[in-house]
Amino acid sequence: MAFKIASSPHLSRNFQTSTLMQRVILCTLPGVATQCYFFGWGVLIQVALAITVALISEAIVLQLRKRPVADTLKDNSALLTALLLGIAIPPLAPWWLTVMGVLFAIVIVKHLYGGLGHNIFNPAMAGYVMLLISFPVQMTSWVAPMMLASQPADLLGSLQLIFLNPSASEVEAYKLGFDGIAMATPLDTIKTDLSMGLTSIESLTKSIFNDGFGVGWFWVNMAYLAGGLAMLKLNLIRWHIPVGVLASLFICASVGYLLNPDTHVGPLLHLFSGATMLAAFFIATDPVTAATSVRGRLLFGALIGVLVYVIRTYGGYPDAFAFAILLANLCAPFIDHYIKPRTYGHRSRS
Amino acid sequence: MNEYKQIALQGLWKNNPGLVQLLGLCPLLAVTATLTNALGLGLATMLVLIGSNILVSLVKSLVPKEIRIPIFVMIIAALVTCVQLLVNAYAYGLYLSLGIFLPLIVTNCVIIGRAEAFASRNSVVKSAFDGFMMGLGFLLVLSVLGASREILSQGTLFAGADLLLGDWAANLTIHFWQLDTSFLLAMLPPGAFIGMGFLIAFKNIIDKKLADRAPTPDTVEVVTRARVTKVS
Repeated sequence: MAFKIASSPHLSRNFQTSTLMQRVILCTLPGVATQCYFFGWGVLIQVALAITVALISEAIVLQLRKRPVADTLKDNSALLTALLLGIAIPPLAPWWLTVMGVLFAIVIVKHLYGGLGHNIFNPAMAGYVMLLISFPVQMTSWVAPMMLASQPADLLGSLQLIFLNPSASEVEAYKLGFDGIAMATPLDTIKTDLSMGLTSIESLTKSIFNDGFGVGWFWVNMAYLAGGLAMLKLNLIRWHIPVGVLASLFICASVGYLLNPDTHVGPLLHLFSGATMLAAFFIATDPVTAATSVRGRLLFGALIGVLVYVIRTYGGYPDAFAFAILLANLCAPFIDHYIKPRTYGHRSRS
Repeated sequence: MNEYKQIALQGLWKNNPGLVQLLGLCPLLAVTATLTNALGLGLATMLVLIGSNILVSLVKSLVPKEIRIPIFVMIIAALVTCVQLLVNAYAYGLYLSLGIFLPLIVTNCVIIGRAEAFASRNSVVKSAFDGFMMGLGFLLVLSVLGASREILSQGTLFAGADLLLGDWAANLTIHFWQLDTSFLLAMLPPGAFIGMGFLIAFKNIIDKKLADRAPTPDTVEVVTRARVTKVS
């Protein structure tokens, strides 16, 4: 009887990038489903469009770079990037917006830097920021939740709005037909109201805040939170980054609210509106662009939370996660350089 | 004559101030939102570069080595002031749109770099030619970047050419397409950085292609055997 001698590790799990990415994608599904429920078919159409463009462009770039196409496509990373970007884009945005964003994310941010594992920035967020600073009007007109829209767009209507480049007269017709569809997000509403001299409490009496958190957004965030907890349970991510993000955002928002409740919104609204849960669990935890050590990850998360609070409160854009994550991505190598875990068997440096 | 060809090649391609030396990046990135601005600043820089190269080359034997840099800087500053006043007088619109970047030509490293590296060591004619070629290289990079950014962001080319060339040039503006929403990224500074990166990459591709095509000098000719012994 022969004993096979292999080098360690002796207990290995067949757990590859593709499996990891696949499970992360599965964990976003509750959130995506909730988003569809509140914001209509547009969400699914954008995600499908983004995924199609991402896979095609990734295949072309891989071909140009003379890399194995099929193997790399199977690692599902382009799929995840496209999914995250598709979720983040306003559901009824015109198709070219999604196509441009995905192309930028995959071709420039990911492959020009050397492909998966070499990108400095999170591709989905870099694509999103590119779109946000290039086309602020289209990127900030989010649709109203189905319950508040005077005439919610059905599947066919959404497809028409996204894909047919409506001429000027048609645009007018759509404007009349779907009056009330374009609506600011809760965070945007508060920002506008505060700048007009209303207090945050007065702002919160608007119809978009019917359940206290902004219709739809609370449940979308809850769904992403559930997906995130599932990822923790499945060991797909570690807890440090999400906890860092949420804790620092909570602390900053609490301090601001206690100091001046009239011009600041409460910490819970910060945690359960906008992209908070999606970003904290699914985007900030991207293993390529985040810090790597335990303390480094806590710091990385905390940095994102602080930046989000500062940009949301004092910045010009309604939500801040994309900017905060890109800035933290820039800091990640710096954090990794200064915060190194103690090597086993060595004393700490001091 | 071969020497001048070398100088031209260095300025336009091999040692291009914008693409290879990466000097003067600040104006390169800041004013290239439109082709008109790019051309205006490129021409101004080229004028200053030619003038400073000539003057530095003329005074090179009179200047003590220890204080040459301050003297070069003073010469350049005087020339830049002249150019700035000229632009102010004859192209006021352009003067307004270039803003601070016109006086900032003083700090453009290309100019002091050429004064120090070339003009202080070569004859007047050669220095003038070098200034012209380096300036032309810089101007070309500015123009390509400015043109591509302008087309991407507004769909036009030569918008506002009358600021630079006078009223007759107002009709030069070419409209490629009408955009409902301009592509802001190309107009903003990040677009300049990304465009610059693509230009450099493009130049590297061309260089690589040229290097691949050039015959390698040490290919050994395969000598056919003179005598073949039969091996059974």
